[in-house]
Amino acid sequence: MTNTWQDIKNADVILVMGGNAAEAHPCGFKWVIEAKIERGAKLVVVDPRFTRTASVADFYTPIRPGTDIAFLNGVIRHLLAKDAIQHEYVRAYTNAALIVREDFGFTDGLFSGWSAEKHDYDRTSWAYELDDDGYAKIDPTLQHPRCVINLLKHHVDRYTPEMVERICGTPKAKFLAVCDLIAGTAAPDRTLTSLFALGWTQHSVGSQNIRTMAMVQLLLGNIGLSGGGMNALRGHSNIQGLTDLGLMSELMPGYLAMPKDSEPTLADYLKTRTYKPLRPGQVSYWQNYKKFFVSLQKSVFGAAATAENDWAYEWLPKLDVPMYDVLRAFELMANGKMNGYICQGFNPQQAFPNRAKVRSALGKLKWLVVMDPLQTETASFWQDHGPQNPSDPAKIATEVFALPTACFAEDPGSLTNSARWVQWHWKAADPPGEAKSDNAIIAAIFRRVQALYRKDGGTFPEPILNLSWDYLDPDEPQADEIAKEINGRALTDLKDAGGGVLVHAGRQLDGFAQLRDDGSTACGCWIYSGCYTEHGNMMARRDAADPREQGLAPHWAFAWPANRRIMYNRASADPAGKPWNPEKAIIAWNGTRWAGIDVPDFGPTTKPDSGVGPFIMNQEGLGRLFALDKMRDGPFPEHYEPFESPVPNLLHPKVATNPAARVFADDRKAFGDAAKFPYVGTTYRLTEHFHFWTKHALANAILQPEEFCEIGEVLAKEKGIGQGGWVRVSSNRDHVICKAYVTKRIKPMLVDGKPVHVIGLPLHWGFTGVARKGYGANTLTPFVGDANTQTPEFKAFLVNVEPVPAPVA
Amino acid sequence: MANEQSLDIVRRSASTGDPPDIRKEQQVAKLIDVSRCIGCKACQAACMEWNNLRPEMEHFEGSYDNPADLNPATWTLMRFTEYEPEDGHLEWLIRKDGCMHCADPGCLKACPAPGAIVQYRNGIVDFISEACIGCGYCVKGCPFNIPRVSKVDHKSYKCSLCSDRVSAGLEPACVKACPTGAILFGTKEDMTQWAGERVEDLKSRGYAHAGLYDPQGVGGTHVMYVLHHADRPSLYAGLPDKPKIDPLVQAWKGVFKPVALAALAATAVAGFVHWVVRGPNEVQPEDEAAGRKMLDDGPGKPEAKQ
Amino acid sequence: MRRERGAVPRYTPLARANHWLTAALLILLALSGLSMFHPGLFFLSHLFGGGEAARAIHPWFGVVLLASFALLFFRFVGDNLWSRDDTRWMGAIRSVMANEEEKVPEVDRYNAGQKLVFWGMTWLILILFFSGLVIWDAYFATYTAIETKRIAVLVHSVAAAAIIWVWIVHVYASLWVRGTVRGMMRGSVTAGWAWRHHRKWLRAMARGER
Repeated sequence: MTNTWQDIKNADVILVMGGNAAEAHPCGFKWVIEAKIERGAKLVVVDPRFTRTASVADFYTPIRPGTDIAFLNGVIRHLLAKDAIQHEYVRAYTNAALIVREDFGFTDGLFSGWSAEKHDYDRTSWAYELDDDGYAKIDPTLQHPRCVINLLKHHVDRYTPEMVERICGTPKAKFLAVCDLIAGTAAPDRTLTSLFALGWTQHSVGSQNIRTMAMVQLLLGNIGLSGGGMNALRGHSNIQGLTDLGLMSELMPGYLAMPKDSEPTLADYLKTRTYKPLRPGQVSYWQNYKKFFVSLQKSVFGAAATAENDWAYEWLPKLDVPMYDVLRAFELMANGKMNGYICQGFNPQQAFPNRAKVRSALGKLKWLVVMDPLQTETASFWQDHGPQNPSDPAKIATEVFALPTACFAEDPGSLTNSARWVQWHWKAADPPGEAKSDNAIIAAIFRRVQALYRKDGGTFPEPILNLSWDYLDPDEPQADEIAKEINGRALTDLKDAGGGVLVHAGRQLDGFAQLRDDGSTACGCWIYSGCYTEHGNMMARRDAADPREQGLAPHWAFAWPANRRIMYNRASADPAGKPWNPEKAIIAWNGTRWAGIDVPDFGPTTKPDSGVGPFIMNQEGLGRLFALDKMRDGPFPEHYEPFESPVPNLLHPKVATNPAARVFADDRKAFGDAAKFPYVGTTYRLTEHFHFWTKHALANAILQPEEFCEIGEVLAKEKGIGQGGWVRVSSNRDHVICKAYVTKRIKPMLVDGKPVHVIGLPLHWGFTGVARKGYGANTLTPFVGDANTQTPEFKAFLVNVEPVPAPVA
Repeated sequence: MANEQSLDIVRRSASTGDPPDIRKEQQVAKLIDVSRCIGCKACQAACMEWNNLRPEMEHFEGSYDNPADLNPATWTLMRFTEYEPEDGHLEWLIRKDGCMHCADPGCLKACPAPGAIVQYRNGIVDFISEACIGCGYCVKGCPFNIPRVSKVDHKSYKCSLCSDRVSAGLEPACVKACPTGAILFGTKEDMTQWAGERVEDLKSRGYAHAGLYDPQGVGGTHVMYVLHHADRPSLYAGLPDKPKIDPLVQAWKGVFKPVALAALAATAVAGFVHWVVRGPNEVQPEDEAAGRKMLDDGPGKPEAKQ
Repeated sequence: MRRERGAVPRYTPLARANHWLTAALLILLALSGLSMFHPGLFFLSHLFGGGEAARAIHPWFGVVLLASFALLFFRFVGDNLWSRDDTRWMGAIRSVMANEEEKVPEVDRYNAGQKLVFWGMTWLILILFFSGLVIWDAYFATYTAIETKRIAVLVHSVAAAAIIWVWIVHVYASLWVRGTVRGMMRGSVTAGWAWRHHRKWLRAMARGER
């Protein structure tokens, strides 16, 4: 989230698209209701199904799964055509006026630079035209044909309301009604908040879905303002923390990149990361990359990381592929190329696409370690559970170690919520039985491995032997020790220019501004710096005081970065430093500095007329309507059909799907076509359950006991499926047999004149726990992910459905 | 009965006589704003948790209603209705079902067990299990089809409006758990006033018939709904449009009870009077003689009489 | 059958046992039923071990009663068929009440009043039984709608009041008409009783027809 949960109450229009906030985030949804009741806000829901969120919406319209970009590009076209944009904001705060290179282009579904052999883009042309000083050229009059805004206008021109209707199945009148509600927030004192979740990410165009909406928000001038922003509602209490701390294969803590094979030296690595300003005088905060990186290395390797050894850069693994995401991991496993797997707090057997492939891949491992508080499907993948998990244990050689871990209430630590609030929690009870904290388990594994390396040597022992392990009890590092390490500390006295000591050696840092690239600071995650200072554990703060009741609560826990509650908040004020909406001011220029209720996302004394843009992480200081080379699949969002789609791509039939998405050969063969699987399947959560956990809890099992799918009345009638009747839902990979909920809430959509039926598949049931056994929706889903993140395409795929007799119990 | 005063009981099933009525207390109410309810079932979970209820795990039956109906261990239940008016604007009406805590409770009226159902001064209608005889009359008395008699212990159960929590100054568990503030709790006066504001808001959003459901047929209720379609409560999974204690129950528990007893007593008295006035019909010696004669001599001919 | 001098046999031991079983059940039903009918009579439930026990056992009494009464019914139905004389007897009810039986037609084994009691009991027991099933929630709660149960419960209580009324009439008549109780206690009545109240029946006895 750029903003906070509580800040949703400040919105005038709430767009829930690509998510089902009421269903999956019922507690946070209170702020939507608050906005409706206290502010008279309008709630707009765009979703293939009439959801629980839709049940309290002011306006609902359906959309075919996987066509959000077409819809939103249509919105952009509408906003530009009707001139319903926040002009001053767009001119001053976005790259609308910057001029793009002449060799950039887009033809027949492909951007310039496409290589059919590499199946990837050369993104060189996706850049600004630079002047002699290396700065991007600009046309403040917005007349130049290659101004970003003009290219954008041209790009979205194809997305007429008629085309949107043909692609999305959204009736034109309803689409236009949504456009008008959105357009109403272009006024400087009105905001729209975008609440989204996995309904946007779980697509082969997932990242672009979100980008398109971010562009809408930039055009409306809604980024950085109270009641605005792009608000990703995370699906797990600490999934934000997971990405922040770099638990993705291509990331290190604080969104630093994992080095690549092509970057053998630190200099190579820093060259492409230390972004120089692309406009005069801009902050381009990533220029500090080296400070973050060196401090991280000092934190990881301690004294062993020195200037001489390039801060132990050599000891870091180097990626030979863009990332080792979960799909790639299981592809390697399936091909016998990955032999061991440590699965911590994760249930791939239930969570990853194409369950049969996952099961067979796990069966090819030599060993599997599962760390979880619960008995998971993954740990039991080898057991035969009948049709819900057919398996022959005699044929599986995988040695499985199930290590029971403490639950969140059984050890202390922090959880990072969607609003980037890092909140401390305390231990409430001892873990049951033999369960141990994750820290203790990881420490035990690491210490044994390290001892083996010490004793027997081995290939490339340095990273293991030199890992800093400076904990009071090395067998069980304590949460607050780790938290302090993440915050960072001074290794030597930090001095200012005049030689005065700013921070004494050994003291905790106040924030990332104190980080240095000379090895004098250590910091485990630069964006979390400030979370555990000499003043104590900032994450444990519980002061709910909220100035102006604007939903910031600045003294409650710690929000990264720098305890900033609303990102890009410089943009909440106009170029002169006056809030666009004085009633919901966040910060303002008081003549000498930026002051207000939040930590400014800007130099605190940088004058408003200094020409410094508000998006200080970006090289040009501006919000990007043109994404440069930052997205693998194009600087502008383009509609591509899901990899399994019932219809051709109307815009460019030859490039129907996202060309930059990665598909493994076997998985491509496993895709189904509309002739055999004519209906669109989509998966989702229900309020009654949390993923695959709460099927272990009786109360939740009582509230939603049994696997089912949702089918519209028209299709049910066509197929002779009765209410609550048994059906077989199949994809080209496998099938699920479950009960049908025949509902009015899913209606066929007219896509290019032909009806498209959607079948909804809630995903909570498996073969462990107290709820009734289920197949799991991932039995059906295709093994393909988003081009940028590899998040699997769970939201749009092809299935067939037919009534079947009730299974014999 | 000793605790009638301390428990602020104002009405007691199957009891004659007036309960103490000196202490004053404000009437409470739970307001369920259907228009802001998202059907998350947190209220259902909280009810189970607070009251230690675990109904049997059922099956999926073609609806999000789980369990499928109220039962002795399910005191509140989200009921989901897909409503499609002619204009095609689908609505998913979600109503939290449970005891309405009527000002004039049909269950209490029907209950034959003294003190098994009581009404507290704050308006809460509560079942006192140790006095319940399991007859199921409350089920027949209730205009809302709420009480459920257990097959296990033959006691009748329903929402207590968390009378235990309320008496300690807490809100009911469902209210505490509701994430969207769709369930509110306070004095009936405050809730009614707040409902008025909500109704105005709904009207401004195009629900011309929005209104408060506080049916006067049962004297008003201590659980009230804000409905978008207050003109048609039955849209919400059969919420009664105009609930009142059924005339059959009224007749049964109203006039018939005293009338029947009086009639029986009158008959007995009439017999007594007849005895006193006419005396017993005794066999006379001549009857015995005539009878024996007939037995000895044979039947003879029937005498013609009259 | 041993015959007492001047005594006319009226009820076999089996018939008497059947009657008194039925009577006892009816009384138990009335007591347990009344305890649930009016708060003022709830104390009666203590005769059965409390309200719950009274509620639980009441319907079982009813089941046994039905069986017991069924035997009684078939035993006596032949003597309880309505005849023209019965109508005339009813026409002379004032004389009956005034103990002036000379003015009424000769009565066979049962007079019209007794027949009305018989048929009243028969119908009311049937009504009570079936309405009782509808509201026997321990076993049959799910078979009928609440609306049906409401009708049933009202019907059940009206029928119960009626049967109690019939019972009062029955008991009073047996006390009022002296010598009647003896028939159900000892099995026989005096010849004089029979002469006075059931002369047609006596006549038949004298003829040896019975």
